[in-house]
Amino acid sequence: MTRPVRGDAPRAEPAPPPTGRAAIDRNGPPLLEVRDLAKHFPVRRGSFGRVRAHVRAVDGVSFDLWRGETLGLVGESGCGKSTTGRALLRLIEPTGGDVRFDGQDVRALDRTGLRALRRRMQIVFQDPVGSLNPRLSVGAMLEEVLTVHGLGLPNRRDRAVELLERVGLSADHIDRYPHEFSGGQRQRLGIARALSVEPDFLVLDEPVSALDVSVQAQVINLLQDLQAELGLTYLFIAHDLAVVEHVSDRVAVMYLGRIVELAEASALYAEARHPYTRSLLSAVPRPDPVGRASRSRIVLEGDVPSPIDPPSGCPFHPRCPHPAKDASCRGIVPGLEGRAESGRGGERVGHFVACHHPYHGTPAP
Amino acid sequence: MADTMAASTTARARARGGRRLSAFLPGAPQLAAGRWGAGGLALLVWLGCLWVLVARLARVVEALGGSWDERLALATLVAALATVWGWSWWDAGRAEGPRRVGVSQWDLAVRAFSKNRTAVAGLMVIVVLYLIALLTPLLAPHDPALQGDLISERYVGLSGAHPLGTDQFARDVLSRLLYGARISLLIGFVSVGISVTIGTLLGAIAGFMGGILDGIIMRVVDMVISFPQLVLLITIIALFEPSIFLIVAVLGLTLWPGTARIVRGEVLTLREREFVQAATALGYSKRRIILRHLIPNALAPVIVAATLGIGNTIVLEAGLSFLGLGVQPPTPSWGTMVADGRNVLLNAWWLSTFPGLAIVFTVLSFNLVGDGLRDALDPRLRS
Amino acid sequence: MTQHEAAGAAKSAAKSAAKSAASSAATAAANSAAPSAAQSAARSAANSAAQSTEVEPLLAVRDLRAWFLTDQGVAKAVDGISFAVREGETLGIVGESGCGKTVTSLAILGLLPNPPARLMDGSSVSFRGQELVGAEEKRLRALRGNEISMIFQEPMSSLNPVFTVGDQIAETLRLHRRMDRKAAHGEAVRLLDEVGIPEPGRRVDEYPHQLSGGMRQRVMIAMAIACAPKLLIADEPTTALDVTIQAQILELLAELRRAHGMAVMLITHDLGVVAEVCDRVIVMYAGQIVESGTVEDIFVRPAHPYTRGLLASLPSVGTPGRRLASIPGTVPSPLHWPEGCRFRARCPSAGEGCERAQELVALGDGRAARCWRVGT
Repeated sequence: MTRPVRGDAPRAEPAPPPTGRAAIDRNGPPLLEVRDLAKHFPVRRGSFGRVRAHVRAVDGVSFDLWRGETLGLVGESGCGKSTTGRALLRLIEPTGGDVRFDGQDVRALDRTGLRALRRRMQIVFQDPVGSLNPRLSVGAMLEEVLTVHGLGLPNRRDRAVELLERVGLSADHIDRYPHEFSGGQRQRLGIARALSVEPDFLVLDEPVSALDVSVQAQVINLLQDLQAELGLTYLFIAHDLAVVEHVSDRVAVMYLGRIVELAEASALYAEARHPYTRSLLSAVPRPDPVGRASRSRIVLEGDVPSPIDPPSGCPFHPRCPHPAKDASCRGIVPGLEGRAESGRGGERVGHFVACHHPYHGTPAP
Repeated sequence: MADTMAASTTARARARGGRRLSAFLPGAPQLAAGRWGAGGLALLVWLGCLWVLVARLARVVEALGGSWDERLALATLVAALATVWGWSWWDAGRAEGPRRVGVSQWDLAVRAFSKNRTAVAGLMVIVVLYLIALLTPLLAPHDPALQGDLISERYVGLSGAHPLGTDQFARDVLSRLLYGARISLLIGFVSVGISVTIGTLLGAIAGFMGGILDGIIMRVVDMVISFPQLVLLITIIALFEPSIFLIVAVLGLTLWPGTARIVRGEVLTLREREFVQAATALGYSKRRIILRHLIPNALAPVIVAATLGIGNTIVLEAGLSFLGLGVQPPTPSWGTMVADGRNVLLNAWWLSTFPGLAIVFTVLSFNLVGDGLRDALDPRLRS
Repeated sequence: MTQHEAAGAAKSAAKSAAKSAASSAATAAANSAAPSAAQSAARSAANSAAQSTEVEPLLAVRDLRAWFLTDQGVAKAVDGISFAVREGETLGIVGESGCGKTVTSLAILGLLPNPPARLMDGSSVSFRGQELVGAEEKRLRALRGNEISMIFQEPMSSLNPVFTVGDQIAETLRLHRRMDRKAAHGEAVRLLDEVGIPEPGRRVDEYPHQLSGGMRQRVMIAMAIACAPKLLIADEPTTALDVTIQAQILELLAELRRAHGMAVMLITHDLGVVAEVCDRVIVMYAGQIVESGTVEDIFVRPAHPYTRGLLASLPSVGTPGRRLASIPGTVPSPLHWPEGCRFRARCPSAGEGCERAQELVALGDGRAARCWRVGT
């Protein structure tokens, strides 16, 4: 693997940010380093609960995340993207690998250490209904977080109002209950709750998937504003490729518990190198009826295989439409290989792909 | 704008009128507003308590220096009057209608419940029953254990001196019925209280922690459930001196597994809800998550089960007493009273009939309230 | 209860109706499977009469108003919509949650639970010249699953878990096409093959839970096309599916439409899907049609501010970085639609003239938009 590890690359000016947002300083150490993260769920059968097999939900995921950056994590349902997000926060205990947050070994933390860590790492969930306690008013919910962490003194209610205003709600909303809000407002409440502990890093687990299009845009804009104001770092998990491209600096594509491609958003969408990424991109319906006749669409055959018994070799090979598919695809698991991008000398973030026959230099369909 | 100003002025004027009315007749303004459940109950309690105060004035004065249950009755009387009056005053003064924002799930359940007429009627009966049970020392015409003239006053039918007649020891049936209500309602309430507390805590811990702890707790549940309750009761009562406390303790300690199962099931589904994961992510302790986030959300079915459980426990206690295993004479209980009268049912029908009716109405009320709560607390049934 | 819950209640009522729809299609009365000779004669007469003037649409919905009478008041979920589906075309109905698109589709098939739902006087749904509003339940059952069929978002809850997929397809065939058990089974295998299920001979004897989400949706489609319907109503058919599976299903629907010449009414919130497969599009907002036209009209020359807002708020592949234009506020509650133009409170160009209730303004070539500004 030729992944960048802290300190192994010469110091250089970072490339200009691709999207015109604030520059991300990739010279320093990454805020989050993930190496070979794995989560295998045991499958128990029978009355004595003997472990018969493992669901390899996350099977060796590695990436770095720098301060102020947004990494998009995309994939289809069951690819392990949500499990990855939760394993980072140890909401699910990982079964293997390393997670370092700001130099701290997250997996080695005890209860006190974990509590301190959770002030710095937070999560926003997908379901705007299920992610809020229906019995607590908004004020009670926010004040509870502040009380538990000894924050928001002298007046926690004022701080709660401040948080509400920060996410585009108002002081009038403080005595209301979750069921009195619309889906978009509830998602704002989830964001306010996550922000209440003043974290550095947010896992956004499908934060806009359950929302209507017009509301989705409001929440995306809010998340981007908050990132700019507070210097937040995001792991943005989603299945919607258009949303991910819109918000991410870099994008990782997952398939069956592994990252199959990791690159700058612009590079990934312009010239995807993994056959899976290419078919994923071509499958996205586009709001462009005029161009639809001329688009060539790769329609993948079949379904995603079961993570209990993943295919040998490259996990994608049974569905892979690549013409050069051969015996090595069936036999050897491809590693996530990267190369220094030409013309971007010393860039510490390249284009990585886990494929024996990656596409080169051809634009994605 | 002018319209809303005018509306709020009239609302305020109406509120002032309501307050004046509520000072004399608490509940009347609520009744006038069509809230017959709350208003009717308030008015009923108010008038009933006033009647006790006036009709039993001598005993009320006596009670000041009386025994503990007389003083308890007096305190209940004062508290009931004050509560009803204060509530009605406060409620009538609220100018606006029901709140539009800041309405919690509980508020919604109260609203849904108060639309259910039979359930509200059941609740009124229950409240009145508990009041009567607490006020019994002031209400009862005779001492329940006092035996009259065994020759002339045995098996006297309904009469002015004994509205519900007398029994084989020439004791007043009405007084015994009133004192019996205390026993039945107390046993029902306390034993269900104990079992719900134990069951909720153990169920929530089992559901949230999972693993070995879950296994142990649920095996204990299986054991307690599989043990025949009646046999256990009879054994314990045979081993020890039967007393009210023993019955309450035995019932309380054998009824909890049902609650534990309900709560565990609820918690298992709640645990997967994202707000519980969010609580973990926010660094909340397990204790806080269980007590503040899981249990309040798992409580709805528990409340329903508890209400129905009180009714069942009252029947169970009556059955035990009927068999002579429950409350021992001379303490009156509805079950023993039914049993005492069963041999003379044709000659002195009033002996078994009135305690029997009391059991039926009480249990029916609890079941009506339980069903009403089930509908009110289940968001799926709300249309 | 709050407004949102009221809207939710209407929605869940609609959902439960949707669930029962699949089974009611299968249990339709057998005796009404084939239209009587008299009926068909009347129909052909009507058809020839219609052809002499203009082509009668397959489905004509006129002034459909479906209201829900709830504890909180009247939820006007669908409030006066009119449109037509022509033979063989794909019509997209697009809108956000609560706009009334699903209620519309259920109302067409008479599947709204009454109470609480009621079709108000003047509502008309006519399918090949037959009026469906107020029609006998027996006639509607004969139509459902036969001439008009429907597929839903969640294929798991639309399939009965205790029967094999083959049994469920065969049941439809035996009821509507009067096939015997053996022929129906054989036809079920053929249909599974047609919808692209590998090893149909084996899959026909499997239970719904043994199939993946995409496969289940294919089974639903096989059931829906079993009787060669003239109209297929697809309510969010790909929303629960992954993007690669969505592509497969959309491809399949397009193929089947070409092969069978059926019309498709596609109900979705996904503008991308609409742009990929539809010929004409209706945009709904707050129980009304706010814009209708060809797919090019809607996506290239959107006329109504709501349509324009929706399109602008889409993050699209290939144009990153741009700040999304969002529509402020939230969708109003069907219990209290705003006075005047229902979009006024969220509209960037609202002003004088918008306090009046808006009429659909015809823009020629079948285009229309509910905004007074487009006519001037």
